[in-house]
Amino acid sequence: MYVAVKGGEKAIRNAHRLMATKRRGDRSVPGLTLDQIAGQLAIAVTRVMGEGSLYDEGLAALAIKQARGDLIEAVFLLRAYRTTLPRFGYSEPVDTGAMLVERRISATFKDLPGGQLLGPTFDYTHRLLDFKLAADGELDTPLTAEVTETAMPRVTDLLSGEGLIEEDVQPEETAAVGDLTREPLSFPAGRDLRLQNLARGDEGFLLALAYSTQRGYGRTHPFAGEIRYGAVEVEFFAEELGFAVPLGRINVTECQMVNQFKGSAKVPPQFTRGYGLVFGQVERKAMSMAMVDRSLRCEELGEERTAPAQDEEFVMSHSDNVQATGFVEHLKLPHYVDFQAELDLVRRMRGEWFDRQAADQAAASDAIGSGATDTSEKEAAE
Amino acid sequence: MPHQAPPPSASPDTSNEPRRRLMAALANATPDRLAAALAPFAPLPAHEMVRAPETGLVMVRGRMGGTGAPFNLGEVTVTRCVVRLENGVAGSSYVMGRSKQKALHAALVDALWQNPALTEAVEREIIAPLASEAEAADATVRAETAATKVDFFTMVRGDD
Amino acid sequence: MTARLLSAAALSPGFSDPVHQGQQVFRSVMMALARPGRLTAIEAAGIQPPAPLTPALAAMALALADYDTPLWLDPALARSDAVGQFLKFHTGASVMTSPLEATFALVSDARTLPALSSFALGTLEYPDRSTTLLIGVDSFTGGKAVTLTGPGIETTQPLRVSPVPVTFWDQAEDNTRLFPRGVDMVFAAGNEIVGLPRSTSITRSEA
Repeated sequence: MYVAVKGGEKAIRNAHRLMATKRRGDRSVPGLTLDQIAGQLAIAVTRVMGEGSLYDEGLAALAIKQARGDLIEAVFLLRAYRTTLPRFGYSEPVDTGAMLVERRISATFKDLPGGQLLGPTFDYTHRLLDFKLAADGELDTPLTAEVTETAMPRVTDLLSGEGLIEEDVQPEETAAVGDLTREPLSFPAGRDLRLQNLARGDEGFLLALAYSTQRGYGRTHPFAGEIRYGAVEVEFFAEELGFAVPLGRINVTECQMVNQFKGSAKVPPQFTRGYGLVFGQVERKAMSMAMVDRSLRCEELGEERTAPAQDEEFVMSHSDNVQATGFVEHLKLPHYVDFQAELDLVRRMRGEWFDRQAADQAAASDAIGSGATDTSEKEAAE
Repeated sequence: MPHQAPPPSASPDTSNEPRRRLMAALANATPDRLAAALAPFAPLPAHEMVRAPETGLVMVRGRMGGTGAPFNLGEVTVTRCVVRLENGVAGSSYVMGRSKQKALHAALVDALWQNPALTEAVEREIIAPLASEAEAADATVRAETAATKVDFFTMVRGDD
Repeated sequence: MTARLLSAAALSPGFSDPVHQGQQVFRSVMMALARPGRLTAIEAAGIQPPAPLTPALAAMALALADYDTPLWLDPALARSDAVGQFLKFHTGASVMTSPLEATFALVSDARTLPALSSFALGTLEYPDRSTTLLIGVDSFTGGKAVTLTGPGIETTQPLRVSPVPVTFWDQAEDNTRLFPRGVDMVFAAGNEIVGLPRSTSITRSEA
């Protein structure tokens, strides 16, 4: 039950003012600029863009600053902002095969055309704190090398043809594409809705689910077929112009998981796939997304559904951190009336409990006083 | 309500390619860089706003598995504008981001470019420099990335 | 998809300041629906839509309709290519041939208003999935007098709308009885609008 409570306006105003001061921190230290956040905390910014489901570095940087680095709060701010803007329409699907690649690795094929490009990565670092960075010292400029191959075919395209790996299902051109921002979620959900949900899902939640499949809760035997990161062109079909207009480029991470599959009555043994695509360089999320996408395809592939990561209702209903934080954090808000009612209820139940105890005790002492009927009943029961 | 099918892709008709190239060059420039590129054409031509610069959202789509059926990935901010010059030519822009100035400038360049007397000057003064700067930036990314390419060598096993 | 390419060169401008003008018009429509039957001014100056679209109807369409809200046009509007292109360009909304599929219906000639029940009436689960009718009329002084009561009206509110089809007020009463389903209506004459939401009860003041 919800009951309106009034009051506390002054306290709220003052609390927000205090929060603004705390957010600014020590005023003798220069304030953070949005360019600094966007440029130097780039992965936090892309995480907020991905989970906020809105690609705009400036807005994400502002949200992070406003939220004092609380990324879920920043995601919330971005989601709220996007509701103020009109929707112009849907882009043409981006072509990740034509990506300006900054990183591209495969854990399954050593010698793939275009090569293994490590790009900017934390992989192979020793995870030792770098105190030189704290001093903001001189920085080496990156090295360059001659570019010998520019074509970067997707790993999954290389294997197709032999039938060893499942191919993408070609869509009917007119098939409608589900959109969570327009239609309330209902089940069963198609893979289009699942991927949209995962793409904006919480990184930590997806990571934990993906990990659970590795530990045996719905095993999928995944290999990282390919992970690539870089810029793709976004195009929008403008009706008044009659052609697809290039809008500019966005950075995305794509992950192709390749999973061993024993086959079923209808399908011979082959590798199946899970797909991850996220805004920015958020590799852990792209990998987790691909693993969970594969797990959620259990029904389609005739696998038994036994684990949380295979349960689309469980996954999709709990992946959104804005929804989750809203429901969890609302418990902080006044529940005085609810609690008062509960208090009365518990008092009454306790009263009844004690009354019953007292009555039982009285009955027991009566029984003792009146002789050993108790024992004879017991013996009779045996 | 039901969702409309995605609009059909641009026809294979290539007559729009030069204009698409122009729009790509404008979209990839920063607002300040575009303003500077437009300087040789000052003062800006008189124009009427058919659609004043307006910021909105475009839902970006990806494809399942990279080449399969489309799905919705997330939105981008986009600003668009349509201007009409005194000669009746309309210029359009759709650019990522929230810069109204950039959208206006891009629409004006598109309108100027459609005037046959100015096409070459716009290509030379604005589009060619922006395109070559973008190409140079891409080349740097490729060269820096190439330096991180893994050269495998096989460990030869001992014979005995 | 429209077969013909929109020609931006031939288009009339929309709002010069889309955000603020859109918000002002939205507020007018909101107030009109919150205070049923009361005349509300609407700021439509500066919009010169192609006839027979009036500035007030065009302003409401531009403020309310977008890519996600299919439109239905009455036959007089549907006949005009210029109107279709103007609305498509400025709102991004698709024009539907069936009124059942429309989120907003634009009616320039109230005499030809189709039966209210031919529009989307929403469902009990989603009563919001209904059509909002934007109807151009001549005046709020002629025609039959009705008295409105209900949410947003302190006591009673008189209303006249002219012209409307002969059976209109019967249909409007039926519409009220469908609540929470039903259509909402906004009438426009000149630079004034009047809201008639489904929650309003109608009594005929027989003269």
